[in-house]
Amino acid sequence: MTDDNDTRSQIPLGLAQRGYTGVIQHLSARDAASALPDIELESRLIELGFVEGARVEILHEGIVGRDPIAVRVDNITIAVRRREAMAIIVA
Amino acid sequence: MEAPLLHLALVGTPNSGKTSLFNALTGSRQKVANYPGVTVERKEGFFVTPLGRQVSVVDLPGTYSLRGRSPDEEITRDFVLGKASGESMPDLVLCVADSTNLRLTIRLLLELKRTGRPLILVLNMFDIASRRGITVDVEGLAKELGVPVVTSIAVRKGGTADLLRLTDEISAELDPEPQENKWRALSVSELRATQREADRIIADCVSLPSRPDTWTARIDAVVLHPVGGLLVLALILFVMFQAVFAWAQPLMELLNSGFDALGELVHDTLPAGLLQSFLQNGVISGVGSVIVFLPQIIIIFLFILLLEDFGYMARAAFLMDRIMGGAGLHGRAFIPLLSSFACAIPGIMATRVIDNKRDRLTTILIAPLMTCSARIPVYTLIISAFIPAKEVWGFINLQGLVMFGLYAMGIISALLVSFLIKFFMLRDYAPAPFMLELPDYKMPRLKSIAIGIFTRAKMFLQRAGTTIFSMMVLIWFLASFPQPPLGATEPAIDFSLAAIIGKAIEPLLAPVGFNWQIAVALIPGMAAREVAVAALGTVYAIEGGKEAAEQIGQVLATKWSLATALSMLAWYIFAPQCASTLAVIRRETGSWTWMAVTFTYMLVLAYAASFLTYNVAVALGAG
Repeated sequence: MTDDNDTRSQIPLGLAQRGYTGVIQHLSARDAASALPDIELESRLIELGFVEGARVEILHEGIVGRDPIAVRVDNITIAVRRREAMAIIVA
Repeated sequence: MEAPLLHLALVGTPNSGKTSLFNALTGSRQKVANYPGVTVERKEGFFVTPLGRQVSVVDLPGTYSLRGRSPDEEITRDFVLGKASGESMPDLVLCVADSTNLRLTIRLLLELKRTGRPLILVLNMFDIASRRGITVDVEGLAKELGVPVVTSIAVRKGGTADLLRLTDEISAELDPEPQENKWRALSVSELRATQREADRIIADCVSLPSRPDTWTARIDAVVLHPVGGLLVLALILFVMFQAVFAWAQPLMELLNSGFDALGELVHDTLPAGLLQSFLQNGVISGVGSVIVFLPQIIIIFLFILLLEDFGYMARAAFLMDRIMGGAGLHGRAFIPLLSSFACAIPGIMATRVIDNKRDRLTTILIAPLMTCSARIPVYTLIISAFIPAKEVWGFINLQGLVMFGLYAMGIISALLVSFLIKFFMLRDYAPAPFMLELPDYKMPRLKSIAIGIFTRAKMFLQRAGTTIFSMMVLIWFLASFPQPPLGATEPAIDFSLAAIIGKAIEPLLAPVGFNWQIAVALIPGMAAREVAVAALGTVYAIEGGKEAAEQIGQVLATKWSLATALSMLAWYIFAPQCASTLAVIRRETGSWTWMAVTFTYMLVLAYAASFLTYNVAVALGAG
């Protein structure tokens, strides 16, 4: 398996397609237009396991606007809306 | 001297199997109540350890941290810290982990350690973890964490033996002096550091094969498919409705005839008079008319608990999130609204899973618009009396079509009201995030389901025995006093307070085509909607139980115009008359205001819909 994290460009998870796999680079709550304050959003994401270095894969998408998404984070599956997933920067 | 009661608290993330561990420890020795001042369910159970120590254990709401971002999570934090009012600080906290998914729980445990409370980490569902090839160095984990660690299989007999033994050992040497609480809310960087620490400990002590649960992946490939998933959901709902309406029917008829027979027995045994009337009409038929719905409530809870245990509920919320979002509803509102088709009371109670206050409030406000089972007797009566059973377009039964239309109207108006609430009242409001763990599927455990249904049925019956009972006594009183003068030929009810009130409000209801008899029937219908049927029977002075039910339709067909009947149907789509629902709304929102808002808006809608229906019908010549 080749590790292409260095060469791949960083994107927010909220823009990724179904089947995307990557590694979390950092969290940037300011970039998500979430109703939550930045600190609260970041805390909740961390509590659900979205921390730097975690492997993510988009498993499923909803029917309206391909939203929300079901994301495999290491060994658990979390459902989030794309709006909040914009805060998760992956590569 | 006997050792004092040992207080345990169960803490864990959602889906950690906390509740099945709680059920395994306590069996049916459980008490469900509310925490004072808040609407969070407090579940306490009791058991005895192998060494004979009496233990009380409280199942705290699931949480990922001690920050307390919802009323449920605040309870968990305050309880652990001994700050919950009226609660003693737990002697020992059991932190329950799903062994297949330790990351989030180990982080929570590191946070719990700072509270200074004695802790045990319980690695639950250890059998599933072993089967998946996950191995845990239990001793190493205990050493790294500085906390005793024990494995358990809550769903297997004897699966909690190690935990019980450890509880005995630890409780024997508990330090009576509580340790200092060093916990405070974590900053984002501390949170991150704790998660890193948890990940490091897991890397040292747990070996995770890269073998995910293939069953979950296979089921999800169908169940979460954008189109296929919605079809599966529709199918599940269809079966559930069939079950609630078809399976429950024989049981409900049995209960009904049971109460009728009991009423007859009282009627025949006691001398005619006030006591006889009170027992037969007030107590037995009143409380009975509500208890009849027990089979439906049990069946709907059976489905909900099965789907919840299986892990499907989170998926249903995932599928419906954006679809309901169009009407300003949160994905998690789906289940409460679904339950409301059986009865708005469990539906409103189920809104507790919605952590955002405003989303929860919107859901509570529209839940009573879902056509609950109590409207069915009213709809059935009027439809069979006024709507001919003919076929339209060759294959659709007109009566069935009207029934379907009434259900559809309920749903459409609920969505409209939700949309209006979002538009006018909560305008500044951006949608609350939808973040939810989709747990691996698990076989539901019959024992757990049985205990869950038992506790809910008990709560329902308790309410029938208290709130509804007292309402029925009041209504019986209004309909019975003052007594008619000697030699009066009119029905006794004509002289009663109920009739006086009915006639007083008749002018208000005349524009929607209601006569004073309907006005009177609407009063006892306040306690529960279906009571209106029985009340109409009484008002039209028809004798007897079963015959009345058959005859009342004919009586109505001669006394009401079609316009009045249609107006009555329109009224019942919105009818706010259900004292128990209003009481639950007051309790769940903690405010009289929201109860009044619900009552008022439903009353206005009912009046408007009836007014429109009546006048259009009269204009078309149905007056």
